[in-house]
Amino acid sequence: MAAKKKTTKKVAKKAAPKKARKPMSKLDQVTVGEINKCADHVYGRIQKLDKPELKFPERSLKNARYDKKGGFVMGRGRIERTLSVNTVKTFAQTLKLMAMSKEMVENDDFATKREAYYVSKNWGEAKFGSQPESDTAMDDIEALFSLQGVAREQLRFRPEDHGGNVAGALVVIDRDRETGAEERIDCTRFGSGSYTIPSSVEHFKFETKAKFVLVIETGGMFARLHEHKWWRDTNCIIIGTSGVPTRSTRRFIRKLSDDKKLPVYCFNDCDPYGISNIYRTLKVGSGNAVHLNKFFCVPQASYLGVTPQDIVDFDLENATHPLNDVDIKRAKDALKNDPFFHAHKEWQKAIKMMLKMGVRAEQQALAKHGLNFVMEEYLPRKLAAPKKFLP
Amino acid sequence: MTSNESGQGQLFAGAAEADMATKKAGKAGSSQKSPAKKAGSKKRTETAESMAKRQREISVSEFFTKNRHLLGFDSPRKALLTAVKEAVDNSLDACEEARIAPDLEVKIERIGSNEKQFRMIVEDNGPGIVKTQVPHVFGRLLYGSKFHRLRQSRGQQGIGISAAGMYGQLTTGQPVKVRSKAGRRAVPLEFTIRIDTAKNRPEFSDKPIEWDKKHGTEVAIPMEGEYRRGQRSIQEFLKLMAVANPHVNLKFTEPDGTVTEYQRNTNELPHEVEEIKPHPHGVELGILLKMIQESENRTTSAFLQQDFSRVGPTVAKEICEKAGVKPTTNPRRLDAKTVGRLKDAIDDTKIKAPPLSCIAPIGEDLIIKGLKKEVEADVYMAASRKPVVYRGRPFAVEVGIAYGRPGDTLEMTDSGKIVASSNKQKNDELLMGNADEPVRLIRFANRVPLVFQQSACAISKAVINTNWRNYGLQQPRGALPIGPMVIFVHIASVWVPFTSESKEAIAGYDEIMDELKRALMDCGRKLGKHVRKGKKLANEFKKRNYITMYIPHVVEALKDILELDDKEVDKATTNLTDVLERSRKL
Repeated sequence: MAAKKKTTKKVAKKAAPKKARKPMSKLDQVTVGEINKCADHVYGRIQKLDKPELKFPERSLKNARYDKKGGFVMGRGRIERTLSVNTVKTFAQTLKLMAMSKEMVENDDFATKREAYYVSKNWGEAKFGSQPESDTAMDDIEALFSLQGVAREQLRFRPEDHGGNVAGALVVIDRDRETGAEERIDCTRFGSGSYTIPSSVEHFKFETKAKFVLVIETGGMFARLHEHKWWRDTNCIIIGTSGVPTRSTRRFIRKLSDDKKLPVYCFNDCDPYGISNIYRTLKVGSGNAVHLNKFFCVPQASYLGVTPQDIVDFDLENATHPLNDVDIKRAKDALKNDPFFHAHKEWQKAIKMMLKMGVRAEQQALAKHGLNFVMEEYLPRKLAAPKKFLP
Repeated sequence: MTSNESGQGQLFAGAAEADMATKKAGKAGSSQKSPAKKAGSKKRTETAESMAKRQREISVSEFFTKNRHLLGFDSPRKALLTAVKEAVDNSLDACEEARIAPDLEVKIERIGSNEKQFRMIVEDNGPGIVKTQVPHVFGRLLYGSKFHRLRQSRGQQGIGISAAGMYGQLTTGQPVKVRSKAGRRAVPLEFTIRIDTAKNRPEFSDKPIEWDKKHGTEVAIPMEGEYRRGQRSIQEFLKLMAVANPHVNLKFTEPDGTVTEYQRNTNELPHEVEEIKPHPHGVELGILLKMIQESENRTTSAFLQQDFSRVGPTVAKEICEKAGVKPTTNPRRLDAKTVGRLKDAIDDTKIKAPPLSCIAPIGEDLIIKGLKKEVEADVYMAASRKPVVYRGRPFAVEVGIAYGRPGDTLEMTDSGKIVASSNKQKNDELLMGNADEPVRLIRFANRVPLVFQQSACAISKAVINTNWRNYGLQQPRGALPIGPMVIFVHIASVWVPFTSESKEAIAGYDEIMDELKRALMDCGRKLGKHVRKGKKLANEFKKRNYITMYIPHVVEALKDILELDDKEVDKATTNLTDVLERSRKL
């Protein structure tokens, strides 16, 4: 009954085209149920003349426990947000976003993070000042509902992320959204281009005979390996992430690796960002999204290089740059606070070595020995001994 | 009636110069006053004899005719104010000495259609002046009752009102008119007085008149002037006068006929002050010599005991011993050198502070009453220091503060709501500035407002040197603090040390500066409590506004999710507002 009343109201307000409501899926009913439950809790406190409060999972490394099989696991840390002077604005915004989410579920619609930010511009004083504000509020809601097993996709908020690039001996089996027909995508047949991972990969199936997946940090290195069809020679799939891999890229790699039992090797810059942000996030997840790591991390990944030891082994000393203050802080922080690095002695050794040398090396530094040195010399030598990869 | 030593110094400098010139006539060329160059083309060497022809006494009146700025008659606008001030001072002094609650009427009117000529009339209900004295009081400079005594009064020297008359005579050519009735049965008389500036003597006539008044005096001086309102105007001066003298009733009529009445809100007259003899520590050598000449006492010991306050036989003996003077010596026989030793001995001897009964401070209660009467503010406070001594002269410092423009501040109701105070009014306040303007400083000496030369005054310096940030106000470096505030500072003394004869600024003796500072701090501490409380309230008000701004959004979101009806929405809004206001108790 409530839903009907609502629809008429919204139509009157927004003059949206009337469309026949499809019956809600079971998943959507759960989502709406959880949103109602949460709002009911707040409303109930208000009726009892109590201060309303909401408990959000704490999204930080402090609340992350490292599990070798499943990456970072969320702990029991909760942040209680009681309605007060300092929280009243965020409180209002959080509830507004939840209302928006409910409306989208009911209308089978979605909003990107940026769109949600612009919708808030219509909220008067309660509007968000900048997108990071709305993103944070959204992450909080997402974390709150993840406790009930509701994922962000179900809340109808979508990331803006551009996906990673894929090339190699892989067929991705997608579905046409309108007809539901199967669509086979052969990743060898993109010519000089490559396949881009979309934002939703949950329904994908794969066909491949490749032996491993190589995840590459920089676009430049991906382009070189793709241009020379290096993946064909080595029978692998290469995925370029251009920095920190997006959620869907991570989910794609995880799914691919799980389905086809493929090992995942990472090829990054040898600097604290490449190691503690890009690689660590791919493998075990991040503190900020600690509530969703169980879906998104790739625990089977290992680190091919460039390692600090490579700088010595491949004679790269004169192709390095000194670590700057941010690098040093990041490295020390990883050693001190990051449960992942706490758990792996090899990593501690490697980071300490980097700090001691005081330098970082980019993937492209290998070009010092010739442009194709990386394919002809570096990667074959490294791939000969995968056991030596860092965990 | 005017000012201090330095003033006196200058005052007599003129005469003294003339005297000296006479004495030194032999030394040609020593006189600066010589108008010798007038001779012009004819080159002629002056001789002592030729110069002597031009050398003669200068009368005080003549001196002031030329130097009228020294008395506050430098511009037409200021002249009018100075005249009012001198006349009002005299009237109030007379009333208070006779223990009469003063009823004054001040009137400024144009003479004919002349833009620049005014008649200033001040009428009081004082005891009146006896017939023989009237011409002297109003027609002779340096004639009065107040110069020769040490006692707190507004007037000090006996120059002011006659100088005003002289200024009027000089600029309009018209005489001063005075009416006086000295007591119930006396015949009211009207005097017409001109001043012979060469002789410093009045020329006058008098005639009996009909005057329906029990007793009192009225003085009317025609003079060149300029009438304006606003800052440093007669209007402001009288308002300030009313602040410092809440026992006075005053009716003021402006040239355009506008009447302003300042009502008394206390019947308490300033307590009667006693006249004291000079305290030995305040005495300079020249004055000591003069006192010895005028003394009737025939022994040094008796002279010390009877012509000074606070000197008993023991102290007198001690001074004599230190100076090497026999107590029984006739003081007139002492040579200048010995008198010098006597002075050193006095300075070297511990003597009890002078009696303080000669001072009549206004008192904290009456300061607050006065401020309340004329300045609308949220809160009033005052600090009155006990009298102390500078250079042997007792003085007392008092400070009052009126803070906050009504309506600009917040109040907390009993139910815990914060509201802007309800007595908001249109601002036509002459004295109180805005919250972002420097505070207004109002200065008083012996209950007389000081309206000119603020920056040269010790009071201003003391206010600027006080750190008002301690009390929650903003204060730019080396300037008055900022805020909706009036600072009232009063110095009461038997002899207020002005920096000039026009009595506009007070000299910064160390003891006076120290007392000013202490009094300002005393009052500042009281202010600090209030300002901090106000800031806390303002801060809280801001926070609560913030909360109430977002409450509708919280409820609206709940309404969207839970499909609440209007009644439920209203209820939730009130509930939430209540909950949050309850949680923010101060």
